[in-house]
Amino acid sequence: MVMIETKAERMVINMGPHHPSMHGVLRLIVTLDGENIVDCEPVLGYLHRSMEKIAENRTIVQYLPYVTRWDYLATMFTEAITVNAPEKLADVPVPRRASYIRMMMLELSRIASHLLWLGTFIADIGAQTPFFYVFREREMIYDLFEAATGMRMMHNYFRIGGVAADLPYGWLDKCEDYCKYQLEKIDEYERLITNNPIFRKRVEGVGKISREDAINWGLSGPMLRASGVKWDLRKVDHYELYDELDWEVQWATEGDCLARYLVRVGEMRQSCKMILQAIKQIPGGSYENLEAQRVLAGPKSEWNSLDYQFISKKPSPTFKIPAGEHYVRVEAPKGELGIYLIGENNVFPWRWKIRPPGFINLQVLPQLVRGMKIADIMAILGSVDIIMGEVDR
Amino acid sequence: MTGIDLQRSFIDLFSGLGIDPEVARVMWMPLPMLAVVTIATVGALAATWLERKISAAAQQRIGPEYAGPFGLAIPAADVVKLLIKQTVVPANADPLLFVLGPVIVFISVFLSFLVIPFGENLVISNVATGIFLVIAISSIAPIGLLMSGYSSNNKYSLLGGLRAAAQSISYEIPLALAALAVAMMSNGLSTVEIVEQQADLGILSWNVWRQPIGFIIFIIAALAECERIPFDLPEAEEELVAGYQTEYSGVNFMLFYGASYANLFLSALLVAILYLGGWELPFPIDKVAELLSIPETNPIWQVVAAFLGATVILLKAFAFIFLAILLRWTVPRVRIDQLLDLGWKFLLPIGLANLLLTAALKLAFPGAFGG
Repeated sequence: MVMIETKAERMVINMGPHHPSMHGVLRLIVTLDGENIVDCEPVLGYLHRSMEKIAENRTIVQYLPYVTRWDYLATMFTEAITVNAPEKLADVPVPRRASYIRMMMLELSRIASHLLWLGTFIADIGAQTPFFYVFREREMIYDLFEAATGMRMMHNYFRIGGVAADLPYGWLDKCEDYCKYQLEKIDEYERLITNNPIFRKRVEGVGKISREDAINWGLSGPMLRASGVKWDLRKVDHYELYDELDWEVQWATEGDCLARYLVRVGEMRQSCKMILQAIKQIPGGSYENLEAQRVLAGPKSEWNSLDYQFISKKPSPTFKIPAGEHYVRVEAPKGELGIYLIGENNVFPWRWKIRPPGFINLQVLPQLVRGMKIADIMAILGSVDIIMGEVDR
Repeated sequence: MTGIDLQRSFIDLFSGLGIDPEVARVMWMPLPMLAVVTIATVGALAATWLERKISAAAQQRIGPEYAGPFGLAIPAADVVKLLIKQTVVPANADPLLFVLGPVIVFISVFLSFLVIPFGENLVISNVATGIFLVIAISSIAPIGLLMSGYSSNNKYSLLGGLRAAAQSISYEIPLALAALAVAMMSNGLSTVEIVEQQADLGILSWNVWRQPIGFIIFIIAALAECERIPFDLPEAEEELVAGYQTEYSGVNFMLFYGASYANLFLSALLVAILYLGGWELPFPIDKVAELLSIPETNPIWQVVAAFLGATVILLKAFAFIFLAILLRWTVPRVRIDQLLDLGWKFLLPIGLANLLLTAALKLAFPGAFGG
């Protein structure tokens, strides 16, 4: 039988690198059949800055200012992994107080990252207002960072064996106030967004990833957890002192954009609770200057124990990375951030391979958007949560 | 005819000064035209200012503040900026269609203000087919949008233009059906007649009580016709950069921008006229005149009543604009298939059912439903 078929010519449209919702400089070559997506091909590399090569002729202390430019919205995690890798290779101990400070900073950074993700995700599907709400709260996190580290985004705060400086007096109180405030505000976002019928229609069942697919594509972080895999490196790897805090892994089984949204919102709540616990449990409490306490109390004082210090030993500029190789990872807001480090008993690493979560998570995009509408690209891309700084490095 | 009649007063005044009444009539003619353009422009400018201020309030910002008191000069600054900007026509665009597109959109919106009454005689032309004329003229706008989207030689523009055409066609039908139900009750298409049959009992006789379903259909369809969030797909920033406006700048962009806000103002006025009693106050003003024992022909009373009426219709219109702005900054955008589903599978059947229901009620209760 002869069928008369009218078919429009397919249109190839180039989205990005300059496009309002391409999150930086991602470029998508999209083939369209009317409003439907036939194919989508991401083009990367517009923000490539040779981060791995730069690491090969920098000492760790020299390299630390670069790393916050990978994922510039979750800056503490890039610093954490940069010091964790040589620390683990050289077996440098981290004092308990330093570890608690690190955890608080990491969780604050996670909230900041998820907040910005929430704003851009909702803006991507058309609602501009929550963007301003999340910036209001994110600003407070950056004020806390500024008080502790001196910088708002590029803090250069982590050091091998601890952190660069102790917390200033009163910081813990401010942080506690902030966490309580943030918990209320998360409820506010949920009231505004979660049950909005238009939002639900745009994200429910969109961009579905099955459990098997998620594992096979190597997804990590909220992308993986929203697909029904209860996998959080903070629980799996037991790094820092996360085991001393009472918290739960956020996960969902649907695997769609809504599940990823709910997982991230849940993680913000958990992070607030973790910081509140850490504030109570931190060894040494909120003293302004533990060094002064220590000097005042003499050599026999309990303050001299390693637990109360913010750094175990000052990292020398000539800190040598021992010969050997290993892979270290942390649970960044976007997923598993890892470093494959090869040392050769030199101040410079021989190889510094970065495993950015956004890069791996982005791979799955073309197969998710195939057969969907143009508007779904934005919803799905938003829910993947990429930062081109770390995708291209 | 009760109420103020400016034209007659004007002609009487000049004939009194010894000018031929025919000449006086010619002298009168440009004035309403000027008035309608001014009203539409000022309404659109006020809407842009409100948009900025209300969105700022929703987002915990202050909004424009330094340009004039409360930033009131910001719309004027916008216009001046856009007027002195260079008009860029893309290299491979069709220059004629590219310029013609925004002009068609602009004219089609401003022409509709001809039949919008601000008072019993405060209307440029009380044509018998008023509402029909508005709907007919407003269907010309999608041609302009499609034209500009196609002639821009830009894929985003083309997609935006096609979306605009699809959206306008889908939502004009429920809009027309809702207006038709009102016309059926009013036994006429004239905008003045439609308002006058809502006059007897003040707020109780407004059409919104007799046409609640039609009111909701009309509001949704009007928002879609104005291309505002949640239905702003033709210019969806996150998807199509700026849709059909992508390549426009300077004056041509201003025509689009002005037309979209004038269209919002027009839709607001239509909502006020069709469902909220137009220039009628919430209480019957004639009864007040009787109570105060003022004769209806008293010129001062007529001026006061006309002034009150114009204020009231503007208040009603801006209440709708407020709602539209608040919605725009609260809800996300629907997807194109959801938009078309809502138009064809929900609003259209409901609109038809509403029309049928109105006809049935009109037969059953001719007193209350204008039999």
